[in-house]
Amino acid sequence: MSDPRLRDLLGTADSGRVLDALARGASRRDVLKMLAGAGMALAASHRIAALAQGVAAAQPRYGGRVRVASAASSIADTLDPARLSNQTDYARSRMLYNCLTSFDASLAPQPALAERFDSDDAKRWTFKLRGGVHFHDGRALRAEDVVFSLMRHKDPATISRAKVLADQIDSVRASAPGEVEVLLHQSNADLPATLATFPFAIVPAGTRDFNSGIGTGPFKLKEFKRGLRSIVVRNRDYWREGRPYVDEVELAGLGDEGARVNALLSGDLDLVAALDPRSVRRVEGAPGFAVFRQSSGQYSDLAMRQDMAPGSNADFVIAIKLLFDRARIAESVALGNAIVANDQPIHPSNRFYFAGLPQRELDLDKARYHFERSDLGNTPIPVVASPVANLSVEMTLALQQSANRIGMNLQLQRMPPDGYWSHYWGKSAVGWGNVNPRPNADAVLTEFFESRAVNNDAHWKDPQFDQLLVAARSEVDESKRKAMYADMQMMIHEKGGVAIPLFLSSLDAHNARLKGLSTIPVGGLMGYEFAEHVWWDA
Amino acid sequence: MSPLLRLILQRLGLALISLLLVSVVVFLITAVLPGDAAQELLGQDATPETLAALRTQMGLDQPLPLRYLHWLGGLVTGNPGRSLVSDAPVMELIGNRLPNSLLLAAVTAVIAVPLALLLGTLAAVFRGGWLDRLLNNGAVVLVSVPEFLIATLAVLLLSVKLGWLPALSYASDIDSLSGAARVFVMPVLTLCCVVVAQMMRMTRAALADQLDAPYIEMARLKGVPPLRLVLREAMPNAIGPIANAVALSTSYLLGGVIIVETIFHYPGVAKLMVDGVSQRDMPLVQTCTMIFCAGYLLLVLIADVIGILANPRLRHAR
Repeated sequence: MSDPRLRDLLGTADSGRVLDALARGASRRDVLKMLAGAGMALAASHRIAALAQGVAAAQPRYGGRVRVASAASSIADTLDPARLSNQTDYARSRMLYNCLTSFDASLAPQPALAERFDSDDAKRWTFKLRGGVHFHDGRALRAEDVVFSLMRHKDPATISRAKVLADQIDSVRASAPGEVEVLLHQSNADLPATLATFPFAIVPAGTRDFNSGIGTGPFKLKEFKRGLRSIVVRNRDYWREGRPYVDEVELAGLGDEGARVNALLSGDLDLVAALDPRSVRRVEGAPGFAVFRQSSGQYSDLAMRQDMAPGSNADFVIAIKLLFDRARIAESVALGNAIVANDQPIHPSNRFYFAGLPQRELDLDKARYHFERSDLGNTPIPVVASPVANLSVEMTLALQQSANRIGMNLQLQRMPPDGYWSHYWGKSAVGWGNVNPRPNADAVLTEFFESRAVNNDAHWKDPQFDQLLVAARSEVDESKRKAMYADMQMMIHEKGGVAIPLFLSSLDAHNARLKGLSTIPVGGLMGYEFAEHVWWDA
Repeated sequence: MSPLLRLILQRLGLALISLLLVSVVVFLITAVLPGDAAQELLGQDATPETLAALRTQMGLDQPLPLRYLHWLGGLVTGNPGRSLVSDAPVMELIGNRLPNSLLLAAVTAVIAVPLALLLGTLAAVFRGGWLDRLLNNGAVVLVSVPEFLIATLAVLLLSVKLGWLPALSYASDIDSLSGAARVFVMPVLTLCCVVVAQMMRMTRAALADQLDAPYIEMARLKGVPPLRLVLREAMPNAIGPIANAVALSTSYLLGGVIIVETIFHYPGVAKLMVDGVSQRDMPLVQTCTMIFCAGYLLLVLIADVIGILANPRLRHAR
């Protein structure tokens, strides 16, 4: 959602933020407060608030059909929340199912199937379930369904992708009618956010065959053909008042980006995911079409394994981090659809982002100093990249250029997508990985930086970091917690084995008449939740 | 007709042996690809525990030869097993899409084969003339342009610019003749560009060879009219190689149309098999391979039989 007049006055980011807030029901007073916070004079902010309200006030209309294509879909498509693996799966799960909680624009957990949740010690949590919620087959939502849906991830036979996350749960029980108690092994203040993620969707107790897609979500399943398409129709008994707006959504996965964009521009699709930055101009230049941008925590990281040469040499790692001309790469490689990152994984929109960390810039002199100390000379250093790790090939080429200037001999090894994650990622001495946005700071740090983590692609081990991570999870004092996360960001920035040059924005394209899209930065297509929010303008 | 029957039986026997060999080779090749189905499915979220459990569920913990024999035994009894990653029966996955592939191949063949034969014959008859040169150069151009380019250009022109045709070809949209026409025009057009050119050049070459032979010269001197000369005298001798060229091109239509399926989102088997390979879904890949291979062998056999039937010298064993 955007408006040229508003964009001119506020810039893309701020106008987006204001409209997002209004889409979520912010009042004029809230908007004025936001604008004052941004240092705007009172008279100007009144005018802008009125304009923004006018733009946002267009009333949602009911009806219509939306045809959507994501980038990935295959025979592995599934409706089992424990096994979702691609964009099409995620989008379908948000149409059919709900979680106990849901995300807002800053990824804070909001009530969904649980109308209230609280805990005194972040270890024993109670979730009070919303009354009058029914599954698509007419059964009422009960506490047992929640117990089943959460506990099944702990069973190895479920083959859940969320097994590691679920293992922090000790037990889940129905503590009272319509109330569920979750007991953790260790305190975790982020549990409500974790339970808003895709795997923890609530399904009827005892479900073994997920192919009928029975959930409590805004749409009911009409057709599901693996690797081809799915059709869902509006759930008339949906518990969220007035939602969804459209009658039917047809979802397919089209692997070829050019084909997706062409089908959008020819009117055969209404919304397409994963736009290539190079297609942005083409879509924006076509009358009646728009680009939907979300700045998110998605990044590609250059992992330098700490347990083998050359990554075991601290000077080499620092030299590499100093060789990225980040602002230029954001402009030339991501064509402006990225923001500069600082070799740590927490996105600036996150409430635990540490703004005090000095930004690392391209510094050839310092890099040369460290490189000379590393004693590597002109030994060729292979850098493994692949098109599946977003923009990694292009970023390696940019890195190579600055490396040449200090006499470092980097060699690009471009690998095919097939088998990249199982064979190269985390196994090569120097190679790229790719991390999708995680719901909270704890999730990304635990999964990719904790010493024992399977996905610690740089094999970076720091006992002090591990202790901090556990301590921060159970810290209920927000400011102390913030200080702990700041320390962890500092440690990764200074000593970690990964270089994180950019946070990449997610880009989708849509028919300009399709309204209601706003930011939920856990992934493209409005954190895959678009179906519940979009509507057709007249 | 007994030599012909013997040939057919012989070829069917050979076909069975070829299929068996192909299945062993494909099985071994997929086994050396990096990663297995369990790793591909779990990706970044794999933990040693879930990997082990998934491998047991998929039967990947059994030794390779045992897995192969198990699959082969199933196939012989008409049940090629379940897909590893989706747990759906392989027959169901293929059954959903094979009719679409056959339909696309059939529509393309019905248009492309007569067109190619006609153009090839014309080029052979008027060889050296302007028509021949035009057709030949046109064919070279079409063969050299990659099909994804033809497909993308067709979409850009006919869908995005002119808005005449849908950019995507859902087979389920076929509810009327005009609907079917709209869905099929662009995929068929793209495929025709590739196969017509190949078949036309083969037809021309085979026929031109015969038309230069002394017996044609003799027939012409005896005053046989031109049409009869080409169709009755030269064609029977050329039809063997032509039928083989047609068989090769049509077998390509069955499994080699991945680009067309991807760009038009056409729900055929080629994409299914590529999915199978990238997910390391052995039962699926194996069964698709068997189908493509059997289709190919069958088409070549038919071509040979046509060649023999059309040629009196081959029809009667000496």
